[in-house]
Amino acid sequence: MVLVLILAPLLLGFTRKVKARMLRRQGPPLLQPYRDLLRLSRKEVVLAENASWLFRSAPYMIFATTWVAAALVPTFATGLHFSWTADLIAITALLGSARLFLALVGMDVGTSFGGIGSSREMMFASLAEPAMIMIVFTVALVAGSTQLSYVANFMLTHASLRVSLGMALIALIIVALAENARIPVDNPATHLELTMVHEAMVLEYSGRHLAVIEMASALKLLLYISLIVCIFFPWGIAPLGAAPSAYLPGLATYLGKLMVGGFLLVLFETSIAKMRVFRVPEFLGTALMLGLLGTLLLFVSRSF
Amino acid sequence: MAVNSTLVCIAVLLATSMLAIIVHKARLGTRIIYVCVIAACLIILGVAVFRLLGSPGSAATVTLPIGLPWIGARFRVDALTAFFQIVINLGGTAASLYALGYGEHEEAPGRVLPFYPAFLAGMNLVLVADDAFSYLIAWEFMSLSSWALVVAHHRDGENTRAGYIYILMASFGTLALLLAFGLLAGPGGSYGFGEIRSAQRADWLPGLVLILVLIGTGSKAGLAPLHVWLPLAHPAAPSHVSALMSGVMTKVAVYGFIRIAFDLLGPPAWWWSIVVLALGSATAVLGVLFAILQRDLKRLLAYSTVENVGIIFIGLGLALAFKANGMTAASALAFTAALFHVLNHSFFKSLLFFGSGAVLTATGERDIEKLGGLIHPMPQTAFAFLGGCLAISALPPLNGFVSEWLLFQAILLSPDLPQWGLKLMVPAAGAMLALGAALSAACFVRCFGITFLGRPRSSEAAAARETDSFSRSGMFLLLAACLLAGLLPGLVIDAIAPVVQAHIGGRMPAQAAIAWLSIVPIAESRSSYNGLLVFLFIGLSTIFAVQIIHRFASNALRRGPAWDCGFPNSDPATQYTADSFAQPVRRVFSDVFQARETVDMPAPGDPRPARLDIKLRDLIWDAFYAPIGRWIAYAAEKLNHLQFLTIRRYLSLVFGALVALLLMVAIWP
Repeated sequence: MVLVLILAPLLLGFTRKVKARMLRRQGPPLLQPYRDLLRLSRKEVVLAENASWLFRSAPYMIFATTWVAAALVPTFATGLHFSWTADLIAITALLGSARLFLALVGMDVGTSFGGIGSSREMMFASLAEPAMIMIVFTVALVAGSTQLSYVANFMLTHASLRVSLGMALIALIIVALAENARIPVDNPATHLELTMVHEAMVLEYSGRHLAVIEMASALKLLLYISLIVCIFFPWGIAPLGAAPSAYLPGLATYLGKLMVGGFLLVLFETSIAKMRVFRVPEFLGTALMLGLLGTLLLFVSRSF
Repeated sequence: MAVNSTLVCIAVLLATSMLAIIVHKARLGTRIIYVCVIAACLIILGVAVFRLLGSPGSAATVTLPIGLPWIGARFRVDALTAFFQIVINLGGTAASLYALGYGEHEEAPGRVLPFYPAFLAGMNLVLVADDAFSYLIAWEFMSLSSWALVVAHHRDGENTRAGYIYILMASFGTLALLLAFGLLAGPGGSYGFGEIRSAQRADWLPGLVLILVLIGTGSKAGLAPLHVWLPLAHPAAPSHVSALMSGVMTKVAVYGFIRIAFDLLGPPAWWWSIVVLALGSATAVLGVLFAILQRDLKRLLAYSTVENVGIIFIGLGLALAFKANGMTAASALAFTAALFHVLNHSFFKSLLFFGSGAVLTATGERDIEKLGGLIHPMPQTAFAFLGGCLAISALPPLNGFVSEWLLFQAILLSPDLPQWGLKLMVPAAGAMLALGAALSAACFVRCFGITFLGRPRSSEAAAARETDSFSRSGMFLLLAACLLAGLLPGLVIDAIAPVVQAHIGGRMPAQAAIAWLSIVPIAESRSSYNGLLVFLFIGLSTIFAVQIIHRFASNALRRGPAWDCGFPNSDPATQYTADSFAQPVRRVFSDVFQARETVDMPAPGDPRPARLDIKLRDLIWDAFYAPIGRWIAYAAEKLNHLQFLTIRRYLSLVFGALVALLLMVAIWP
């Protein structure tokens, strides 16, 4: 649990750095996100006049649900202590809770930008979440479990190329891009009014509240990369019941995989332009259809 | 014992109804009536809980010498009845508790008080009826008393129209049920459920009965395309009655479906489940899509009821599919999920209707475009309503998530079904279910965000006050129920198990023995979920985050004007509205809504305001009801001639009809 907390800003810093280098810029130092968080948490909070109790408590709720979800994804070892607490469907729903609170606080102060952000976020979510569930179905039908530890173990021992898994992987990447507000769905660096989605919702936050929310979104990015890695590329992860000595190489490969994941993300982001808002449903619809197709193939025959 | 005490309580409810006619004008009349209702509901509830947990396997019967002369009126309480008694009377207790406060604002108590206990009595009577005759009588009694409550505020033209459509659909549904029972009882007239259960039938008959039952109970539950009356009628009634109609009466319809399809009809055929699944998934998605567009708070909730009924029927369809193929464990899982959702929906939908009633009392508005900012004057109502929104959006750790999670687990078992039709249907139903869950989250973000957050959009909303303590306790009672069912789902599953055992022939593994109160539908290596631990983890991490932040970070806080990218505007009209919030969904699903947008943009220099007109059409209304209405009007026009015949022609018509009937009797074996 603590590991993801420490790593998340580093991953963010890494992606920013790589992105800047790709654009031939110097880029901020690797540890800049930590400094940003510290700086934010030291500043005073400026609260809008009509902000309610929900506005002040929601950042912590968003952070807590995202953190719990992130902690339930196996990173370098399967067989986490409480992995049976929640399965993949529950993790999806936990992220849904975080998003619901985020969308609500976007509307709390009663500004137009907050509303536009919430509205668009919920539209994206209403397609991304079913897509995610269909991906879960595909994976679960292949692995015979929705429990992530078991899925990772299955993939580790029965690795094979399957059409349905390929579809699920593409769909999951699309969903991950949308959920983390990355290009082409949203731009994490933008503050241009009409293009904001995620940033529009947190517009009124400042100080420690903003720090907590930034931390939560960093965690979410880490969570999705870990999820993709753990389901589709579990090589090197310490298997169920392994000795603690196996954890070290597991950790090393995990860090390596995170770097590769972050690098690919940046590569994709720099090579593509942002979409118009109403193109996004088509983009996410692709994910939903791929997920559904993968599930249908598995219903037709288990060998796909 | 159980049946007798239930019948006595129903008689008490009916007597309360009579009493209400006398005391409704008295100062304490409202209080007296609702307290009597609470007492009666609590007794039935207690007996039912005792029965379900104590002696679940057995059934008790009583026969009274009323009703049809050759069988009398039979009443019976078994596990299924006991489960639904719990659902109904818990809802009834909460609604009456809420009404202790809410009912004080009623302008015409004489139109509500006498029918309210009668409505509850009718619903309870449906559950205990054990022959077709008393079942139908009770069913009609329930329909008519709820109709009287729908038209309680009859001066509003909308309400009378709602009442008219409701009574039409209700009679149509009862007609279908009447035919279904006629087919079941056969020519011998053996209307007792016991005889029906053991009767031998022709092969084609159960299928036909199932279709009739789907029409009959589906029209009451709000299954598409028979749902059109529901979003009109449910909001028209006073809010605690809306809560009962949406949260509870739809469940009586579900009970009717289960009683006939799972109990009386015998072993199912696999194609039944295709019909049920198709209707269920269409209902779920249509319901929530229309809910997103509504501006009327109570109508929004009513459409969301349609969605949840769809979810329940998806569960029942899956259970039928598995049962027809002899997959008992999977069938038990799907059936449990459906029943769990019945319980959950009765909790959170009643809670949300109570909240909308509190908003209505505080502001006099149901149009969410005129509300906003209510979280400041009504923090407790807002908190309870938020809990209801989270629960209905299927988010952990509340209860709505558990039943949907169980449903997803059941869907994951379905590749083993042998029929190709089902193999293709079930994943589609799963996708619809997921889409419905995600859209309902969007719908309730909009509902809560526009109503309670932001700034007040009208002077009424600005002057709102927190609602009374009885109303709040009604809401918090249900909120606690939502939380408990979400945290300890294993206990609920075990309590439902006798019902599942009786109608599926198997049950889910006992959950009480599993460590840490997790739920494990099939095997731990397959899936498990622990609401309690998720709740604890979230709670601990929240506390941890708050502690860390408040210890090490700055505690300074300053209030200032909203930033809004540097252009704050104090006019509440600059806020995002409910319609604009729904606009992306309307655009994405424009094919379903047949939305037509026309923009009237004046030329530069023209001081006329710009206008955006949106026309929405209900596809189902256009496709089914409008043609039927036209056809009936046409037939009525033609038949009108028959009114002006001579006496000779009338006599010859009568003679002709007689001959035709006699011929039919002669030819029919």
